Amino acid sequence: MTFLSDPISSIGNWLENFLIGLGLAPNFSALIVTAIGAFVLAAFGLMIVLLLIWFERKAVARMQDRLGPNRIGPYGIFQSVADTLKLLTKEYITPAGADKVVYNLAPLFAVMAVLGIWAVIPFAATVYGSDINVGALYIVAVGAIGVLAIIMAGWSSNNKYALLGAFRVVSQLLCYEVPLVITLLIPVMLAGSMGMNAIVMAQDTWFIFLAPLGFLIFLIASIAEVGRAPFDLLEADSEIVAGFNIEYSGMKFGMFFVAEFLHAFTIGAVVATLFLGGWRGPGAETYPILGTIYFFIKAFIVYFIVVWARGTFPRIRIDQMLNFSWKFLTPLALVLLIVMAVQLKLVEGSPTWVYVTSSFAVNVLIAFGTIHLLRSFARRERKRVSEERPLATAPESDFQQI
Amino acid sequence: MLNDWLFIGIFLLIAFLFPIAPILIAHFLAPRRSSPQKSQTYECGVETVGDTWVQFKGQYYIYGLVFLIFDVEIVFLFPWAVAYGQLPLFGVLAGILFIALLIAGLFYDWKKGALEWV
Repeated sequence: MTFLSDPISSIGNWLENFLIGLGLAPNFSALIVTAIGAFVLAAFGLMIVLLLIWFERKAVARMQDRLGPNRIGPYGIFQSVADTLKLLTKEYITPAGADKVVYNLAPLFAVMAVLGIWAVIPFAATVYGSDINVGALYIVAVGAIGVLAIIMAGWSSNNKYALLGAFRVVSQLLCYEVPLVITLLIPVMLAGSMGMNAIVMAQDTWFIFLAPLGFLIFLIASIAEVGRAPFDLLEADSEIVAGFNIEYSGMKFGMFFVAEFLHAFTIGAVVATLFLGGWRGPGAETYPILGTIYFFIKAFIVYFIVVWARGTFPRIRIDQMLNFSWKFLTPLALVLLIVMAVQLKLVEGSPTWVYVTSSFAVNVLIAFGTIHLLRSFARRERKRVSEERPLATAPESDFQQI
Repeated sequence: MLNDWLFIGIFLLIAFLFPIAPILIAHFLAPRRSSPQKSQTYECGVETVGDTWVQFKGQYYIYGLVFLIFDVEIVFLFPWAVAYGQLPLFGVLAGILFIALLIAGLFYDWKKGALEWV
């Protein structure tokens, strides 16, 4: 029965015992099992991308009243397999004057930065890569390697548009890192630990109910971190061709593509872990396999929201993107952090419902206050703009009268 | 504890080596017929003029500077957030003072015009 309720860790235990039975030292066999586990997790992460690409294309197509891929396999599900085969047979073209070493290393770093996050995400009570006590900080740190990969790609391509794209991405990632990390402090504060498992275990009430505004800021900043629409300035094809990966072809480009799609799902997984209770759900503690299912459902819901945002919002301008982070999200996140720190200390020790209702109320109040402020600001701005220059005037000479 | 870090080390190594496989497979499958014309950089279809690695907009640098200050200070806030449950009210207020300084710095930058995209 333990196999049915918890297949993954029982396979791991069986393998370890088997290796010890073969006469290997316990430490060494534990190392082998660890390495196999890491390999399986990495392979799973890359395989799931094929499904994600198909899902995203299909979902966005439906939102735009199209059919999307529907030729290869049932519902076109093998479309991304066909695309992979096509990419495998494409010639590598290295631009003249490129910095070869950096140019070839960049796609590897891009994939590593995204996959690395998966190492600390708990999939179930017993199924997790690693439970380090600085998990939240680790996610931020590994995410920074992604920035490095992009600036490596843009700089080494010897292409002005690639360089411009890389600058844009780096400024965007830097800007949205700040609200992201500030709101990351809220689950850490609520759980009293930076370990991902401890954060999941602390969520008897999901943190989304304790900090809905924090969840929203974290989600928006995460979408910006991935460079998804409406923040996809890095690949604004009408402005800078294809951004930092113009000069990449074949599978090297494919790796950037994989990194981008996997990252979108990864933020789903991170948000699900931090705010939606991770693998928690009815029966998840006794049957860890249920926990894995809950976790993937939650992660997929967040991923769907990301795709939905992509299908809905138009791309924003670069100054709007920077202002949105520095002049809106960052102050808001800081104020939220201060208010929640005071409020949680005041209701400390009171029953759960007081605790939950008061933080929920505080979040909603801050949200309403912000909306009110924004509305009055927008009203003033509209007035100022319309006074300065009328939006449209009749031309002085009229061409129609010939 | 050490095993956890060992896993992360192995995992990051595997995550770094994994994408090499498809890139290498494609290297053997794909045609290799390069020509000087092909390996020119693509910029709007017109021949490239001048050096790529030129001076860039200074504003990026200022944003980077503002970010650096923020990121360092937020790293200091993480221990505070972890210890939050055991802190007395005074400890929380001390942390808030720190965040308030951060906000003051942000508004200073804002008024100075460091956050304008010009």
